[in-house]
Amino acid sequence: MKAYHKLLMLVASLSLGLLFLFPMWKIYLEAPQYPEGLELHIWVNKLAGSSESVLQNFNILNHYIGMEPIHAESFAELKIMPYIVIAFMVAGVIIAFIGKPRLVLYWVIALMIAGAVGITDFYLWLHKFGTNLNPEAPIKVPGMTYIPPLLGSKQLLNFHALSLPAWGSLGILLAVVIAGLVYFFSRKVELYTVKR
Amino acid sequence: MDTLINQLKRVAPTATLVMALAAGTVLQSCNSTGGNAKDGAVDADAAKAVYVAPGQHDELYSFLSGGFNGQVSVYGIPSGRLLKVIPVFTQFAENGYGYNEETKPMLMTSHGFVPWDDLHHPKLSRTDGMADGKFLYVNGNNTPRVAKVDLTTFETVEIMEIPNSAGNHCSPYPTNNNEYILAGTRFSVPLDLEKGGIADESLVDYKDKFRGSISFIKTNEDDGHMELDFQILVPGFDYDLANGGKGPSNDWVFFTTYNTEKAGTLKELGASQNDRDYLAAVNWKLAAKYAAEGKTHEMPANYYHNTLDHGSHQAKSTVKKSVRYLLPEECPGMMYLIPAPKSPHGIDVDPTGEYMVVNGKLASSLPVFSFSKMQKAIENKEFDGEVNGIPVFKYESVLHAEVKEPGLGPLHTEFDGKGFAYSTMFVSSEVVKWSLEDFQVKDRMDVYYSPGHLMIPGGDTKDPYGKYMVVMNKITKDRYLPTGPELLHSAQLIDISGDKMKMLLDFPTLAEPHYAQAIRADLVAPNSVKFYKLDQNTHPEAVKNEKDVSVTRAGRKVKVNMTSIRSHFTPDNIEGIQVGDTVIFHVTNLEQDWDVPHGFAIMGANNAETLIMPGATQSLRWVPKQAGIYPFYCTDFCSALHQEMQGYVRVSPRGSNVPIKFSTGEKKPVPPATASVD
Repeated sequence: MKAYHKLLMLVASLSLGLLFLFPMWKIYLEAPQYPEGLELHIWVNKLAGSSESVLQNFNILNHYIGMEPIHAESFAELKIMPYIVIAFMVAGVIIAFIGKPRLVLYWVIALMIAGAVGITDFYLWLHKFGTNLNPEAPIKVPGMTYIPPLLGSKQLLNFHALSLPAWGSLGILLAVVIAGLVYFFSRKVELYTVKR
Repeated sequence: MDTLINQLKRVAPTATLVMALAAGTVLQSCNSTGGNAKDGAVDADAAKAVYVAPGQHDELYSFLSGGFNGQVSVYGIPSGRLLKVIPVFTQFAENGYGYNEETKPMLMTSHGFVPWDDLHHPKLSRTDGMADGKFLYVNGNNTPRVAKVDLTTFETVEIMEIPNSAGNHCSPYPTNNNEYILAGTRFSVPLDLEKGGIADESLVDYKDKFRGSISFIKTNEDDGHMELDFQILVPGFDYDLANGGKGPSNDWVFFTTYNTEKAGTLKELGASQNDRDYLAAVNWKLAAKYAAEGKTHEMPANYYHNTLDHGSHQAKSTVKKSVRYLLPEECPGMMYLIPAPKSPHGIDVDPTGEYMVVNGKLASSLPVFSFSKMQKAIENKEFDGEVNGIPVFKYESVLHAEVKEPGLGPLHTEFDGKGFAYSTMFVSSEVVKWSLEDFQVKDRMDVYYSPGHLMIPGGDTKDPYGKYMVVMNKITKDRYLPTGPELLHSAQLIDISGDKMKMLLDFPTLAEPHYAQAIRADLVAPNSVKFYKLDQNTHPEAVKNEKDVSVTRAGRKVKVNMTSIRSHFTPDNIEGIQVGDTVIFHVTNLEQDWDVPHGFAIMGANNAETLIMPGATQSLRWVPKQAGIYPFYCTDFCSALHQEMQGYVRVSPRGSNVPIKFSTGEKKPVPPATASVD
């Protein structure tokens, strides 16, 4: 691997750091009574939102339909994920110094698997919250479930929900793309040198 | 010259009476059900000028005093929409102000709990001579008090009782950097300088024993609270209105006085005998200097200072026991008297700070005094005697010009910052625009009816916002659909941006506005608090989590520390209360969202409801008189299940053995809502 490949690999590893600076995912809720909107921000290590008390307000609205209250403490993922991300970053940096294209490939594949697992886990949570409703809920609409969209928008009673990846996820995407390119080009260079 | 004025003066009351009678006839002849024929004077584009589309905001906030309702009404300008009523000196059953335990101390005075006052004059706090949008100061006229309203919460946060005063009308006037808020007494009273307070004297001794006072209230730098620094004990006149100088006259405040005759009875005659009363000019900076130099005397006093704590939302009262005072005769250069037309009302200083306009309600002209001439007169000692050791200027040596035939009954003047002044004419029911260059009347407009004060946003500052003028009228008659004998007062919004005044809007106002202030919305709106942070709530009885609610008995007192959140109270079943117990419900609203107040009311309470803002705790006292079940409920429609937000208290006979018990929900309790702090 040439120096600039190593440098790019370093950039790919560090771009995962965006996960600590920005949320991964955002769920926007809009309703007639919330002209300013409600935003739930999902970070790699916490739940937050457009205002300090967004989670409480989500929970107040959700308790009418019998949804379980959302608390950051109930997600083990929020405790584990930061370590996984840091592990990826450290591994990426080490790989950049070692400079073996094959290791870069493994790293990219592992990262993609981790990302896919994360999104699946996220969907399972959404599904769980949206369907596991208290049978004594004040508001019961026969057949209605309240699974927020994973990506895109959906009307849930008076709420219009929109779900989109945020800048944090871009960190993963950048890492995958840059490291992928590093593998692609450095491999070419290596094949070329081997042939010669 | 002087004799001509005197002749006019003598004729003026007669002319006034004739005009008033004539006006009455005109009013009656117009009294048809279809409103007033003069409405034809409104331009076709007036509607557009005041139309604030649904969802849009007004350009300005205006704060109109409520007079005898003891409140401040907040209207949007130019729409004239009522935005809020701020209770200040009066109990307000609507939200529990003055009824709940937290705010009751706000209305404490040396006379005990005084649940009403007559609120006349709002004044915005100032920085560098301009309204800064931080606070609104208002006066309580009847039981002398000055209050401060916080414009981030639109709540009354402080009330200071004024000792040695009776009828705090001439109040409150902030200096250009809020150095002092000045308050003058309307009624002079005999003061007991030895024992303190108002003395028991014969009313026959008015002339010798009665004194007025001007209070200098300072904003304390440590905690931002008001503090009565000192008073000036002034001659026993009636002090009516005041206004501070600006620019060159920055260090001065001017006060109109009447009853310089010192009549103690039938003042309508007794106080109208002298052809001239006085405009008192006080150098506040020099007064402060004298006070700092120790020229003050100290006397016993007894007055209340009530403050609302921001964190706990609890008011507390402190009683002050002494006051310092200055005597003008011992403080040369601090105070002068300018002869002014009989029984003047408004005193208004133009934006440059050079002209002082005195509105002599019985006079036939508007005298305009010159500050620079006053300075010269001081230098050259152009005095015409003195009163209680206070020099009186020669009228001519301080007079700059007189506005001739402005109308009848001039009461108050404000300025547009473009070289014009606008004065209300109470008797001839009009507003008159005149020039500060040639002192000629330029335009006049009928208003409906009998205007007291007018207000141009910033019209009392160095840089008025000369686009609108609000005229507040004392008589309404046929302006709106009739509502029986008692009518709301009427106000008119007038466009003053052009050469000619244009009538834009007519809107009813609560109780009796005496004066108003207005400020650009962008100086206030961005700072408006949306809700109180629960984790900053320092109320000792606050409950921040439903798990921590409690009902505790201590003798015959029962404390209920409870919570409210959409859409339930915790607890909502309470037992073990006995007849005759004093029950205090301390309700914490756990919501942390904008515009989700919860109310609390219980059947049979000899009390109001209390309305609890998100994150706040409020306490309502209740003494049940009979055994039985007492429902309580949320009074402010909070959510789709608001109607279900209710609970029960069981009251058992005195001495019953029903134990204290409380709960919300059965086996499966509603998920406890906790305050989330990220």
